[in-house]
Amino acid sequence: MPRVALGAVALWVAAVSGAAVEAGVFNPTTFTLDNGLQVVTVENARAPIVVHTLWYKVGAADEPPGKSGVAHFLEHLMFKGTPTVPSGRFSKIVAANGGSDNAFTSQDYTAYVQRVASDKLELVMRMEADRMTNLRLTDEKAAPERGVVQEERRQRTANSPSAQLYERRRAVTYLRHPYRIPVIGWKREIDGLTAEDALAFYRRHYAPNNAILIVAGDATADEVRRLAEKYYGAIPRRPVPRRVRPQEPDQLAAKRITMKSPLVRVPSVSITWRAPSFAAGETRHAYPLLLLSDILGGGSTARLHRRLAIEEKAASGAGAGYLGTALDMGEFSVSASALAGGDIVRIEALLKEEIGQILQHGVTEAELARSKRAMLAGAIYARDGLRAAPRAIGRALTTGRTIADVEAWPERIRDVTAAAVLDAARAVFVERRSVTAVLLPGSSG
Amino acid sequence: MDIRPRSWLGALLLVLVAVSPAAATEIQRVRSPGGIEAWLVEDKSVPVIGFRFAFRGGGALDPPGKSGLANMVSALLDEGAGDLDSQGFQEALDEIAASIGFDARVERFHGSLRTLSEHRARAFALLRKALAAPRFDAEPVERIRRQIVAGIESGKDDPRRIAGRTWSRLAFGDHPYARPLAGTRRDVTAIAVEDMRRFVRERLVRDGLIVGVAGDISARELADRLDDVFGALPASAGPADIPDPPPVQGGLHIVRKPIGQSVVVFGQVGPRRDDPDYYAAYLMNHLLGGGRTSRLNEEIREKRGLVYSVGTYLRSFDRAGTIVGQLATANARVGTALDLLRGEWTRMARDGVGEDELAAAKRYINGSFPLRLDSTRSIARMLVGIQLNELGIDYIDRRSALIDAVTAADVRRVARRLLSPEKLAIVVVGDPEGLETTR
Repeated sequence: MPRVALGAVALWVAAVSGAAVEAGVFNPTTFTLDNGLQVVTVENARAPIVVHTLWYKVGAADEPPGKSGVAHFLEHLMFKGTPTVPSGRFSKIVAANGGSDNAFTSQDYTAYVQRVASDKLELVMRMEADRMTNLRLTDEKAAPERGVVQEERRQRTANSPSAQLYERRRAVTYLRHPYRIPVIGWKREIDGLTAEDALAFYRRHYAPNNAILIVAGDATADEVRRLAEKYYGAIPRRPVPRRVRPQEPDQLAAKRITMKSPLVRVPSVSITWRAPSFAAGETRHAYPLLLLSDILGGGSTARLHRRLAIEEKAASGAGAGYLGTALDMGEFSVSASALAGGDIVRIEALLKEEIGQILQHGVTEAELARSKRAMLAGAIYARDGLRAAPRAIGRALTTGRTIADVEAWPERIRDVTAAAVLDAARAVFVERRSVTAVLLPGSSG
Repeated sequence: MDIRPRSWLGALLLVLVAVSPAAATEIQRVRSPGGIEAWLVEDKSVPVIGFRFAFRGGGALDPPGKSGLANMVSALLDEGAGDLDSQGFQEALDEIAASIGFDARVERFHGSLRTLSEHRARAFALLRKALAAPRFDAEPVERIRRQIVAGIESGKDDPRRIAGRTWSRLAFGDHPYARPLAGTRRDVTAIAVEDMRRFVRERLVRDGLIVGVAGDISARELADRLDDVFGALPASAGPADIPDPPPVQGGLHIVRKPIGQSVVVFGQVGPRRDDPDYYAAYLMNHLLGGGRTSRLNEEIREKRGLVYSVGTYLRSFDRAGTIVGQLATANARVGTALDLLRGEWTRMARDGVGEDELAAAKRYINGSFPLRLDSTRSIARMLVGIQLNELGIDYIDRRSALIDAVTAADVRRVARRLLSPEKLAIVVVGDPEGLETTR
């Protein structure tokens, strides 16, 4: 099933794996077309393949009130046709040319991706540019796709108590900020979405000056520029709204939610704190938090696993995650699942003890060195293939960072000190800003 | 979120094949002084090595009362070996930012190593230890046992896992193919260290070993490393007989659960990997339910919006072939979705495919094949897969021709022979409206 998923539960996975993946020094080239489209090329002639990706600086958190899910619904409907590429043909044309395509929506961005042999770059660029401005929708086309989205929502959440709890936890964490709303939308609001809702969102946000084109692989920057000018360059700039989301008030009281479900056999618990992201709040804490998440939760030698699973024999697994790639604010979390018949109260207490240890003593130089090694190696592993570069760069450029930030990644990791990690921990691990979510077996009542 | 379940693709050298069929793919056959063979794609553009291997024998050979044995061994080989205890072993891997993993499947036991090439000597030494001298200390054994039991327990109420398990039982009955790889709680509790040591002695052997390597290592060096890593293993394996399973019988089985979306797993007898019509069946499956643009996707998702995803694939065992698939839909719509499924099954069996759609499918299959290989790891995985299926070292060069040679008449013939809606074994987990169990 979907791997790059950015909605719902997968957020934490993305946050954790993103840590290692975004490590590359990709040596990209960039320029901006007259109409405002930023173009990035990551040349890699290892094989005659290109990955063509178009990122819009708009996501679920930019939706109008009452229209939750419209960003994602539009992403689906982007395959429903233009005058020159009729409904359903986009993916078929890509496939018949030996390529494959995909798309994804998050709180902060929406992206479209095609992988093709390098001699098909022009074809996919023409089609992607075409649907930036020529999308035609009707309610007849939108209706079955709304059914698809409802089934997608059911598939992600209806049978998954942990996904349901994740949605509720987000909704409880944020009082006002739209991060409280699931990317896919609330069911009732999805039911009400129309073709016109999607088109209104499209006209408001889909413009060259609100997008980033990233091409990685066997194409030179000159060639990409020539094609981008030809296809995207013809699309006029349009005014787009500034990304100003409702501000979130400070959290004054610790929160706790508990969910019971007959589909749960093994209890689990997570504690989440709102945190700075790479782009918002006290951003100096971001890299230290990334390292802290690895020290606490990066694998079987990390603190939480060692303490909860090995020493105390209380949990089957324990981890930590830092979601730093968010435009307005990040999250830091620790979590663990019990053993069969296990005691979740004790597990929660152990998680808190480990947080207390960090607050009191910080991290050791050895731990910090271990995590730095893992992340710096991640920067090398990220160059093994074409998928990491567009993802890291696209995510950065749509969430308030620059190419220079992506390229400086190893150096910023290297610069983190144990003192900085302790500072970051003290800034984030504040009890009143925590949200504890517990999942238990039992009747939902 | 992804609207479609597909993986990203990347790049590499082998890709030359698809784009320019004349170009040769450079797979080197490497033989160690001790006689161990590996296939290698050397590529120095990134200082990384992907190393994968497979032994014959997997969970299907777990002894009676010890289901889950192969799986438990796979979780414990890197939990202490030689002079290193569990944490010592993991710390040694951390120090060089390398990873070692094992994966027990039905009929194979897979392993992998990924390392930066600068640390390869230490990485290969750790892999050698894990294979030749696993410790099975009490602490990791009991911890892993607890984790596996927790996993088994949490799977008992997971609709997708219930559907998968139930389908396997419905299809294969008491045959080892029906056995859950993780085992049952009772069996996992009964597995002793001596059982695991016997597994290592009898299964992790040089006979039948398959190795695929890609990345920053020369053939000459690899030859020596192969003996370092595998040379200490016993030459040949213990007995490994698995009988033919009975053919999959059709029928509908419902597992009633009060959940909002029914999960459906379906399948029937399909081609074995060595079936002379395998490529015709492969194309047939692609058009029926395998591709993003398949008929099932068109009818069930695109036209009617009944599902987020529906798909089928050919799942081949040593002694059986199946064509299986799944979908998930609201309880009220399961009947409609199953009618459409059977309808497409029937239409394919009756009419086969048209020339145009076959040609488009070939272009996709041949064009996208090289795009799947996005890293040294995925190249190494493919090198292992080609050897496991005994397709020959020139397979990558031949594959396009094998696909292109399939005619619409071939597809019609194989569809007629294989597909039959009455033979579909269907499992529904959920609360589907208007449907009853027939077997």
